[in-house]
Amino acid sequence: MYNFEVEKPTSIADAVAALSADEAQALGGGQTLIPTLKQRLASPSKLVSLSGIAEMQGMRLAAGSLCIGGATSHATVAAEATGSYPALAALAGGIGDPAVRNRGTIGGSLANNDPAACYPAAALASGAVIVTNAREIAADDFFDGLFTTVLEEGEIVTEVRLQVPEAANYQKFVQPASRFALVGVFVAKFANAVRVAVTGASEEGVFRWSEAEAALSSNFSADALEGLSVAPEGMMADIHGSKAYRAHLLGVLTKRAVAAAA
Amino acid sequence: MTKVSMTVNGKPAQAEAEGRTLLSSFLREELGLTGTHVGCDTSQCGACVVHVNGVAVKSCTMLAIEAEGADVATIEGQAAADGTLNIIQQAFQDHHGLQCGFCTPGMVMSTAALLQENPKPSEQEIREYLEGNICRCTGYHNIVKAIMAASGQDVSAIAAE
Repeated sequence: MYNFEVEKPTSIADAVAALSADEAQALGGGQTLIPTLKQRLASPSKLVSLSGIAEMQGMRLAAGSLCIGGATSHATVAAEATGSYPALAALAGGIGDPAVRNRGTIGGSLANNDPAACYPAAALASGAVIVTNAREIAADDFFDGLFTTVLEEGEIVTEVRLQVPEAANYQKFVQPASRFALVGVFVAKFANAVRVAVTGASEEGVFRWSEAEAALSSNFSADALEGLSVAPEGMMADIHGSKAYRAHLLGVLTKRAVAAAA
Repeated sequence: MTKVSMTVNGKPAQAEAEGRTLLSSFLREELGLTGTHVGCDTSQCGACVVHVNGVAVKSCTMLAIEAEGADVATIEGQAAADGTLNIIQQAFQDHHGLQCGFCTPGMVMSTAALLQENPKPSEQEIREYLEGNICRCTGYHNIVKAIMAASGQDVSAIAAE
């Protein structure tokens, strides 16, 4: 790891000011960034730690949305969202392992947009609003391909507002070595629509499966998905699963998620 | 270099650290607490697990500077001052929960965190909680037994094989 300075601001304003420096980079829980730095895949001259900013911690319910501070750990969401949004709490409790969950944060996960991460699926299926120091971005507009979002240089995720659905479930087929999703499907049923978000499958990163959403919106049962499938073209392929395997798996997981949520 | 201060195993500790100094390196190289092992250095194996402000973290994936002012607990603080093993360590010894011993510091620290959250975990809960702790000797069976014993549960309930 090349050396860098570390700043530990205690307010969002100070963090944004610190991030305006050349080659400064925000540090959430570091569970992806620190391994990346070790491999010298990034070499910022300054890291701005977001973990000491009290206004980015914790969660509250407001207007039917669960609003989670960007620096809130997966462990906190897993423990504290069980009443307000159980499917989200279960998702957070399945990320990585307990020690990773104590450090990793929701804002860091969304900003990183790993194509196999769990939180992007939850944000997209929940019709979340991603709040930054500068603006509010709909989850539908936020993700922009592998490891890419529409966040500008120095812009940080300060809060994530997830609409709490009537029913929801996340099914993750775990890649056993990395504990990321080989494929993960989040199904969220709202009063007037169903949203289905898929992670770990597409070469473009997290996406909504609109055909499944349309079918489930008129009939929220696994049977409604009979005959629907996603074309293998455009799916990721690696030693763990081919394009066809991932395309098949996402159909199976969607049915399981609907059955579990219904 | 920055001066970093923290409480380690109940005692104040202070040393110089660079921005990039990992908590694991700080503990081992600056404070001489080499009980915290670095197995993979990629946050997969869990040999480096310590507690920071009461929760388990992988010290190879946290910067020392981020632990400024924190309360850190390592394997060195687990036994009593006279060397008497704590209940988890004793159970690992009694049930042969270690072979080469390399993963043991992390296993013990993860177990301590588990039993704080869940004083009587089931076998399944133990195995899930230890997902981020890898034993290169593959000696998981006796580790699970040791944790059942440390939490005051019937070890014979675990299958022999």
